[in-house]
Formats: sequence, structure tokens, C-alpha cells
Amino acid sequence: MPEETDLEELRRGTELVKRGFAQMQKGGVIMDVVNAEQAKIAEEAGAVAVMALEAVPADIRKRGGVSRMPDPEKVSEIIDAVSIPVMGKARIGHYTEAQILESLGVDMVDESEVLTPADDEYHIDKREFTAPFVCGARNLPEALRRIDEGAAMIRTKGEAGTGDVNQAVTHQRTIKNQIRTLTGLYHDEREKWAREHEAPAELVHETAEMGRLPVVNFAAGGIATPADAALMMYHECDGIFVGSGIFGAEDPERMGKAIVEAVNNWDDPEELASIASGIGKGMKGQSNQDMPEEEKLQGRGV
Amino acid sequence: MIRAGVVAVQGDVSEHAAAIRRAAAAHDEDVEIVEIRQSGHVAECDVLLVPGGESTAISRLLRREGIDEEIRDHVAAGKPVLATCAGLIVASRDAKDDRVETLDLVDVTVDRNAFGRQVDSFEAPLTVEGMDDPFPAVFIRAPLIDEVGDGVEVLARWDDEPVAVRQGPVVGTSFHPELTTDSRLHDLAFFDHVEADAAD
Repeated sequence: MPEETDLEELRRGTELVKRGFAQMQKGGVIMDVVNAEQAKIAEEAGAVAVMALEAVPADIRKRGGVSRMPDPEKVSEIIDAVSIPVMGKARIGHYTEAQILESLGVDMVDESEVLTPADDEYHIDKREFTAPFVCGARNLPEALRRIDEGAAMIRTKGEAGTGDVNQAVTHQRTIKNQIRTLTGLYHDEREKWAREHEAPAELVHETAEMGRLPVVNFAAGGIATPADAALMMYHECDGIFVGSGIFGAEDPERMGKAIVEAVNNWDDPEELASIASGIGKGMKGQSNQDMPEEEKLQGRGV
Repeated sequence: MIRAGVVAVQGDVSEHAAAIRRAAAAHDEDVEIVEIRQSGHVAECDVLLVPGGESTAISRLLRREGIDEEIRDHVAAGKPVLATCAGLIVASRDAKDDRVETLDLVDVTVDRNAFGRQVDSFEAPLTVEGMDDPFPAVFIRAPLIDEVGDGVEVLARWDDEPVAVRQGPVVGTSFHPELTTDSRLHDLAFFDHVEADAAD
């Protein structure tokens, strides 16, 4: 007869449990919200999770100044309002903001370049936390450095708050291209690649052998329409973050629902046409082609 | 050859595909994976897997795409299903939450997120009916099973609450066997009875 389950043997915050949480988000849409009312609309639209932040990236751009973690009271209201997971943004390198978010019961912390970085040299040592983290990346070495620090999920940085999908595409293509390069290299060549790109060698080998990132990889930054979301699924992202694209749209609920449906039907153009019809205008946006380098958020925290 | 349908509207689909491949290989069975994101594919499947993910998002898309009725027909035909975590919520009779429309494949009610938030998620060795050694169970914002109807067999409990059940062809777990390389729950759902039949 097998022994009774021993409740004392449970382990929280393990790599398996953190990465597992991210795996449950796959094929889903995670929506930026600034209050409980928006969180309810996002849940109703079919979001798999909501991301709590002080202001959506487009407003952060307009407003300027220092951008910080959301008000803890607002985070608690959002947590109480919905049954889906609630994520929250903390500044790069800001241990204390991340600890506060964790203590509030946030299900995942986004150490985000969209907020003003708190530390120019170091990211948060994410392994010290029980809550899992997601981090942005523009290329594979950046992604692997974040995973080495304990990130359980990666997202493209894109160029947040622009409504221009261009940079998300660039970052995802770069990551995939670098993985393809690695899979064709011998062991010693990968070692050299790791040194040259300041990437952790062990993760370089793991990525090469798996032929993909060792954690879930979402698209983020500039996704504004159902077609944008479907494009990022075509580029083999595991799912989608939508920031300003939902609540910057004319009809947030319909836009949210349409983006959710587009992710499930990303490879069916006729269905996409029907999904994208009559949903109102998307966010106005700002092309990042003519944007001065100093206005770009993606260069923060490499 | 087994044709295994993985409900793929949202959740850990590739993990489920890899897990059924592993389990089938251990029984020298070939397996073809059918990812189900639209209607019209369930009927061709011998077995179904309903992944973990967000039950609100999954149940909504199943209804929108008309996959919900097809899954009910699959179970009515006596074909096996393994539903994990959000999958179990969707398969239950009632999730006590208007945001989730359940399929009533198993006569249980569930409490969503009964263990708390992600920081309360955990892995632990779990005693499962019919297994000699504990199963490495991974609970992620997991549901607990509340009411258990007649004809539902409880396969495992955590702190006296049911976390794995079987009713007819359907096995449901609060945890995620697909996140480990242990195939014993897949054996239980899909292979053991086949071999028992063959031995008769």
C-alpha cells in the first residue's frame, strides 16, 4: 500500500512552477489595465491575464516624467475584480517594487523597460522571488541573460506605446534568426558565440538543442489590431501582450475580443477578415521610423 | 495508430502533445497529433486532451468555435479524455462562476483558484490510486474538486480534498501531469484499460 501524501513535501516557487505558470498563458492575450473597471472589461473580452500599470505606454510617452510601479491600492482592486491572473510592472532593477507587487499577490512581475529604470547596471535577481517574472528582450543574448537571472517568460520589447508593430517583428525575427544560427554551430563554436554575445553558455547550448527559447516567448510592444496579433503568431510567438492597443481603441471591449479571436485563428485570413470587421478604430499610434533614438524605450536594460 | 486531439484554443498545448507522444512511445504506439482550434476535427480523434490554461478564455473560445458540442459527442461515444487544471474546470458540471461555461463531462463541481494565487502554486509528490510510488504533481493556480457525484471515482486527494477523478472515459486532474515526464496518468487515462481488455 502506498504511503499517504505528505503535505510537508510541497515546494513553492521552483523553476518548474514558475515556468509552468507562463506555459499556461500560451495562445492567450495579456492586456494592460490601469484600474479594476478596465480589468473586468479585459476579462470579459477573453484575456488570459491582465497587466496592472500606472498608465498605458502611450500615455506614459505623452506625459513624460518618471514612470513607476502602479499604486498598490489599485493593484489590490484589480486583483479583487477578476478571476484571471494579475501581473504588475516594476522598474528594471527595483527590488522593492517587485517585492511589494509580490506581497500584494501579483501572479507575475514584469520587470519592464516601459517604466523608468531604477538601476543602470543590474536587473533584479529574480531567482530570489517566489513569484515568476517576465522580461523584455530585443535579441537572443538579451533574452538568455534575463533567463539566467531567473525570468520564467520572455517577451519582445517592441516599441511600447507606439501602436507600430515594426519593432516587435524585428525583435522576434532577430531572436529566431539567432536560434537558427546556433542550431547549425558545433559545440566549440557555440561557446565562442556565447562569449562574443555575452550570453550564458549553458543556456546557449540548451537553446540550440531545443531549437527555441527554453521559456515561453510572447510578443509585446506596438501590437494594436487583430491583424498585428495574428502576424506575431505567424512569427511563432507563444502569445500576445497588448498595451495601449486595447484601451486606446475606440471600442476597447470589441477590440479586445477581436484580438483574442484573432490569436486563435491567426492562420485563417477569411476568419480574420470577419473578426476585424466593424470593431471600430484602433489606437492612433505613432510610427517609430521617424522617432528619435532618445525617445525609444527598447534600449533600456540590456 | 492513435489520433490524439489536443484542444488548442489556449493553454499548454505543445506540452500536452509532447506528453501523449512520450506515453504512446512507451506502449509502442504511433500517435498523430491533431491541434483543435476550430470545429470539424474532434470526430476524427481517438482520444482528447484538454490542456491547462485560463478556463474563462478556453470555455469562451470552445463555444465560439463550436468545439464544445463536439467534445460532448466524443465523450458520449465513450472515447477517452484527459483534462488537466483549466481543462478539468471546463470538463466539470459546475465551476460556480458565471464567467466559465462548463461542459458537464464529469459530475463534479470545482472551486477555481482554490489554493490561492501563483505564489501559492507548488509541486509535491502525490499518492494516486493504483500507483506504487507517488506522482510528481505540479499545481499551478489549481482548482479543487468540491462535490463528487455518484459514479465518479476519486483517484487522488490533497489534504483530504479530491484532486484527480475518473468518470467513464474521462480522467480529470487539478495538477499538470503534462509538465513532467511521468506518463502514469496518461497510462491510466488512455492505455491501461486497452491492455486490460487485450488481456481478457
